[in-house]
Amino acid sequence: MSAVIEARNVTKHFEVGRKHVVHAVDDVSLTVHEQEILGLVGESGSGKSTLGKVLVGLHEKTGGEVFFKGEKLPQRYASADFQRYASRMQMIFQDPYSSLDPRMTVGEIIGEGLRLHSDARTIPTRERISEWLCRVGLEPDHASRYPHEFSGGQRQRVGIARALIMEPEFVVCDEPISALDVSVQAQVVRLLGELKSSLGLTMLFIAHDLSMVRYVSDRMAVMYQGSLVEIGTADDVFFRPKHPYTKILIGSNPVPDPKSERQRRALSIKGEIASPINIGAGCRYADRCADVMEVCRSVTPPLLPVSDATGERTVACHLYE
Amino acid sequence: MSVDDLHVEFDTYGGIVKAVRGVSFHVRAGKTLAIVGESGCGKSVTVQSIMGLIPMPPGRITRGTAMLEGIDIIGRQIINGQDIRGDRVGMIFQDPMSSLNPTMRVGDQIAETLQVHRGYTHKQAIARAVDLLGETRIPEPAKRAQQYPFAFSGGMLQRAMIAMAIACEPSVLIADEPTTAIDVTTQAQILDLLLDLQRKTGVAVVLITHNLGVVARMADDVAVMYAGKIVEKGSAEDIFYRASHPYTLGLQGAMPSNDQEREQGLQPIEGTPPDMFDPPKGCAYYARCPYAMRLCAQNHPERFALNPHHYANCWIHHERAPRGLAPQLFRGETA
Repeated sequence: MSAVIEARNVTKHFEVGRKHVVHAVDDVSLTVHEQEILGLVGESGSGKSTLGKVLVGLHEKTGGEVFFKGEKLPQRYASADFQRYASRMQMIFQDPYSSLDPRMTVGEIIGEGLRLHSDARTIPTRERISEWLCRVGLEPDHASRYPHEFSGGQRQRVGIARALIMEPEFVVCDEPISALDVSVQAQVVRLLGELKSSLGLTMLFIAHDLSMVRYVSDRMAVMYQGSLVEIGTADDVFFRPKHPYTKILIGSNPVPDPKSERQRRALSIKGEIASPINIGAGCRYADRCADVMEVCRSVTPPLLPVSDATGERTVACHLYE
Repeated sequence: MSVDDLHVEFDTYGGIVKAVRGVSFHVRAGKTLAIVGESGCGKSVTVQSIMGLIPMPPGRITRGTAMLEGIDIIGRQIINGQDIRGDRVGMIFQDPMSSLNPTMRVGDQIAETLQVHRGYTHKQAIARAVDLLGETRIPEPAKRAQQYPFAFSGGMLQRAMIAMAIACEPSVLIADEPTTAIDVTTQAQILDLLLDLQRKTGVAVVLITHNLGVVARMADDVAVMYAGKIVEKGSAEDIFYRASHPYTLGLQGAMPSNDQEREQGLQPIEGTPPDMFDPPKGCAYYARCPYAMRLCAQNHPERFALNPHHYANCWIHHERAPRGLAPQLFRGETA
């Protein structure tokens, strides 16, 4: 399998005030292989959305490199770069309400990418829009309607059609289902699954619903406070977590089964998430970790392969060195 | 507390929305009733009308009673000179950030409840507020009581709101999606806290949520709502292991199972909930139901009891319904 996206030591800092720096993403390296869905989970503020935006160039990088099919992407995108890469990399946004322009019809929204990025005169745009509306489960005559006429699930389908009509080689889905109802979530997830198999999509799927991410992804990556703590196949990470944070995160996820929920002892995380401003050396999870050791507070654990895991698994924790 | 045959309507420009159409349930001391359903099914409106939080007009409670300790509280907030809101019934809201007053110190907001309902002096009330923050496991409660809501994280704000809701030791606590806006790790903390408080105080909890995992963790009894009606009600075991309404089964199928062995696809519920301006004549779930029969379109399903505490409103339990239909549905012991 060849890598579609390869991030090497990607770092994104935001400056707040004169002396303070928010470490949103710190030294993250990961690879998304062709026709793979990589799930990215973590709490709010863990940097998962920022990482997604950095990968498609919506944020400039503070450090590190991103390679797209072996080609190094610019550190900061100029408008010509967007013109060049937008048709190959797309993003589906979290909020189906604020991410669609209320003054454009759905047809204009979906067709805008085609109009800007391809030789529109040679391509019958209208047919393509109708085709995509059908593909995401809407009607061709919806093209003349405005976003406010649609429900949340339908708008998310519009967002998906807008991103995928470009036939991108890589898609970042930033919490595409968080704003939707349970029954509609399943509709959208199934749609993404169908499109993945029919188009051979490569995706980074960001979400905080762990069971859904396990269901959708081939591999799963876990972030905590801007750093990647664990990555492996989705089932391995979900059922056999290694990193203490992954264990807590998965243990906190209630399962729809009263018998096992009642037997389960309270497994709560200790304390509050620390401020992401001006982080020093050491493991970021050290203050909340049940298995904290001396070394954790001074040395940042590197992401290393774990030997006893089935398949490929890397964990950033001193316990497994 | 027991609620009987509650109907709530809203006047809008488009016509009358019948948001709640005959909801009945009761919740016992020390127990948790979970009300489950999609957005727009009327679960929040149900509890808001009990709390007197429905703006009237445009809202209107057309029928129904809510008995709390022998007194009907619907439509009257002042009983024996006391406001029951915040006193006998406490409420926790979904979004703690917008439910607290940003210009008031957190301690003062909790103390206000005690001053209004219990006649505490400000000093007494503040001291109790600090204790309450401690009970809801906020570190350094004395310092935190002096801070404003913006200095709190989402999880801590939710704890502060719980502290406020239990300040007057209510007999019923209504939690309207208390963890929907919160991360899973914090959600686990908040749920543990609620379970703990319930064990200590014996408060009855009405929990509104759409997360079946949360229901499994918290609930003794479950009511499943669809389009303003309860379609199935029973113990948590009844609902999870002996689901008897196609909608309950649909909700379960739409959630990923965490069982590695049982690898089955997600089964979304196709379509969307009905238009509440003009609710269907028959079963509201008719259009989306995979087992719909001809009769369902025209006739409201009756309530079929499967055991003394478990019922489902679905024609499939009628003796003349075909037996082979919907084999996954629980048909009762005798069927």
